[in-house]
Amino acid sequence: MNKPLRRVAIFCGLLVLALLIRDNWIQYVRADELNSHPRNKRVTIERYANERGNIIVDGKPITGSVDSQDPYYRFKRTYTDGPMWAPVTGYASQAYDANQIEKIEDGILTGNDDRLFFDRTLAMFTGDKKKGGNVVTTLSSAAQKAAFKGLGSKTGAVVAIEPRTGKILALASTPSYDPSSFAGYSSKDEKAWVALEEDKNKPKQNRALREIYPPGSVFKVVTAAAALEHGKVTDIDAATDTPEPYKIPLSTVPMKNHASGCQNASLNEALRISCNSVFAKLGDQVGRDAMAETAEKFGFNAEQFTPVRSAASVYDKKMDRGGNALSSIGQFNTATTPLQMAMVTAAIANDGKLMKPYMIDKLVAPNLDVIKQNEPEEMSRPLSQRNAQLIQTMMENVVENGTGGKADLNTDGVKVGGKTGTAQHGEKNAKRPYAWFISYAKTDQGSPVAVAVIVEDSAGTSREDISGGGLAAPIAKAVMKAVLKNRS
Amino acid sequence: MSVVTNTTTIGAIEAPSRRNTELALLAFAVVIPVFAYLNVGLALDGEVPSGMLGYGLGLGLLAGVAHLVVRRFAPYADPLLLPLATLLNGMGLVLIWRLDQSPRLIALAKRQYGAFSASAPNQMMYSAIGIAMFVGVLLILKDHRVLQRYTYISMVAALILLLLPLVPGLGTDSFGAKIWIRVGGFSIQPGEFAKLVLAVFFSGYLMVKRDALALASRRFMGLYLPRGRDLGPILTIWAVSLLILVFENDLGTSLLFFGMFVIMLYVATERTSWIVMGLLMATGGAVFVSTFASHVQSRVAAWLDPFECLKTAPEGSNMAYACDQMTQVLMSFGSGGILGTGLGQGNSDLIQFAANSDFIFATVGEELGLTGVMVFLLLYGLIIERGVRTALAARDPFGKLLAMGLSGAFALQIFVVAGGVMGLIPLTGMTMPFLAYGGSSVIANWALIGILIRISDTARRPAPAPAPSPDAEMTQVVRP
Repeated sequence: MNKPLRRVAIFCGLLVLALLIRDNWIQYVRADELNSHPRNKRVTIERYANERGNIIVDGKPITGSVDSQDPYYRFKRTYTDGPMWAPVTGYASQAYDANQIEKIEDGILTGNDDRLFFDRTLAMFTGDKKKGGNVVTTLSSAAQKAAFKGLGSKTGAVVAIEPRTGKILALASTPSYDPSSFAGYSSKDEKAWVALEEDKNKPKQNRALREIYPPGSVFKVVTAAAALEHGKVTDIDAATDTPEPYKIPLSTVPMKNHASGCQNASLNEALRISCNSVFAKLGDQVGRDAMAETAEKFGFNAEQFTPVRSAASVYDKKMDRGGNALSSIGQFNTATTPLQMAMVTAAIANDGKLMKPYMIDKLVAPNLDVIKQNEPEEMSRPLSQRNAQLIQTMMENVVENGTGGKADLNTDGVKVGGKTGTAQHGEKNAKRPYAWFISYAKTDQGSPVAVAVIVEDSAGTSREDISGGGLAAPIAKAVMKAVLKNRS
Repeated sequence: MSVVTNTTTIGAIEAPSRRNTELALLAFAVVIPVFAYLNVGLALDGEVPSGMLGYGLGLGLLAGVAHLVVRRFAPYADPLLLPLATLLNGMGLVLIWRLDQSPRLIALAKRQYGAFSASAPNQMMYSAIGIAMFVGVLLILKDHRVLQRYTYISMVAALILLLLPLVPGLGTDSFGAKIWIRVGGFSIQPGEFAKLVLAVFFSGYLMVKRDALALASRRFMGLYLPRGRDLGPILTIWAVSLLILVFENDLGTSLLFFGMFVIMLYVATERTSWIVMGLLMATGGAVFVSTFASHVQSRVAAWLDPFECLKTAPEGSNMAYACDQMTQVLMSFGSGGILGTGLGQGNSDLIQFAANSDFIFATVGEELGLTGVMVFLLLYGLIIERGVRTALAARDPFGKLLAMGLSGAFALQIFVVAGGVMGLIPLTGMTMPFLAYGGSSVIANWALIGILIRISDTARRPAPAPAPSPDAEMTQVVRP
């Protein structure tokens, strides 16, 4: 009987071997997939197992963590001034995952990041509870408050950047939402989430980073930069050869001007009174590819990572001449995020040097050691110092004598440059236009702030009144004022 | 005189009994779980658990008693079996105690039954009864061949045990499978005991009939087919296991019994044809039943692709439940990775239902990782290997068949349970021997180890010295 016995023994060995192989399959080969499977609650359990680190603005946390004693998710996220900071923090919900900084820096905030390995090990020996690290942002609470208050009940967004460094100072989007309202996983949280999802005003949309709008006249500064950079204009006060009416290339439609006095207007004058014809003609002279080249140097046609991802702004590289002429005044296929326009303004204010925009200053371990310090980083040079200063002169002219008067700070030693915009949109431009305003403030020590403001639509405001100068400029002014006051 | 000593010297060399090896291994088998216990306590509360001394002493005492009994009553027994079983039993206790402290499982029990009762103390009691059973087997069963006398009584006993859960009022239907009976306040799984009794019946029966089954056969397509009248027993067993499958909804037990029978039939007759026929009949039966029983169907769906099936299965259905369970188990394993999260630090309690019984292996997977699972599989593998070795060493065919049957059944059970929870084969409701919570399983498996130890003692015992022949004294050497 020993021969079959041995065979059965081999068979039993094969059974055990099959189990060993299967185990390697699920615990080694498929481990990562199973571990990070969307149905695997462990990721979320782990995220809330310990006191979560905070997101910090001006040395004060704008988030919190409460011990809920829940057997599944122990700590729950709380937010101070949630709606105001939501475009910065994003949310961290026990039921609906997380986004933006809460998601990108999850490793630091939970304390699971590899860079915190030493702290974890140390805590294990000292018997301390594991804790998450903090994320210190570049934002300024004064600027953010001014931006959020300024937008009020209107729909819109504000982005403020420190041009010298690229630090994002304000990032507001309205209507906003309170991430605390769905931080847990109860039916109440679910109700709040569903209500936000179904809200047709899209409060969860981060308009400052993720929405692209036709820029309208504020795009003219990009066209001006392209014209100067490509040598189509050398003297900003020299008359341009622009007929009135100017016909859009490849078409018989005349370009409509809202201002009078655009015929042969100089670049400086054309920007001050916002002549469509002059800039459309200049854009046509520069040409589509050169326009796109300058636009791309400013950051168009690419997503920006702040590190929260922004949508890519668009300058079409395949349109015809007519399209290019229209695009040069910020209509047709041109579309931009508020962040992008703030970057354009910042590059001009910083004498032609575009700094990479960022909103995380540093990552700090629970013991306050700095894990990572972000340094300002040059992104590109869309225009020369001279040309940048020429555009500054023109933009300051807009504020002093033109459409941007409402942004003037009237403070000694501070120069303000700006540009208004009113962008048509919708079928036959029937919808209420977008009101834009971009501006910067400048002192002897350079420029501390550049702002882009968009107000989508304001109920109760007649169509004529929706102009960048009227609606958006005061918000930009308030933000600039807050930043300057904070500095002094 | 010198002529006589020549024949007895072989037997006179004392075969090593290896009892001290067993004792040393037992010390490890007790110390390792005690450290694991400490580990769980430190991980969960950050302090040395108060029950550690009691647990260590209890396990040590049980192991000590078992060792002394083996030393006294089965001195030549295999030295590995007892330490292996002790280690597994001890680790099982630790894992059950660990899951007892899961706030999620406590909350779940309170929600479902209104109260939570810890399982570890019960399991400790079952382990004590199990060791008592082991001691009892060694004390009462002085020679395993005695069992041969009870061949047909065993058959009747096995059938009764298997059919008990179907008796109205006695059997309970818990979560689809009818494999339990309730006596007094206790739930008993008669199938676990039927495994032992059936092995005795098969061994006794096959020992008598093996020649008829092996030799009286016709050759057909290269296979030896047995005569019709010899086919009776295999058909009966097949039918009974199918009945278990259909009426008790228990794929695992059915597979286990049929598989054990085919293995023993093969060993007894040395005819490969039995294996072929066994496989065909098992597959046929399984396919036949799975087309009718929805219970089996949902298990198969959960096995093929649990994540996919979860998307398609209607919400709240049995199938969705089975699939969800399987995804939880798989994610538990996957989350363990290579080294595991460490005892007490995993989330295998997300499996919720039967986390400490049917799915206890997932806790091993998550908290001890791939490494831990492989260690456990190899420990089980070693028990099987020692069992097969005992079968090889046994001198009598009955002992050979019984040892092989028991270790074969053990191997199949490991495969069916571990393969089921790891998604290698469809899940069946059976328990991991020694590890899982459940009195019947622990007690029956300790009895199984007891029988194997008894057979191995007989097998390894030196042959008795032949009594000096009185004639030898008489014979005079005639010198020329």
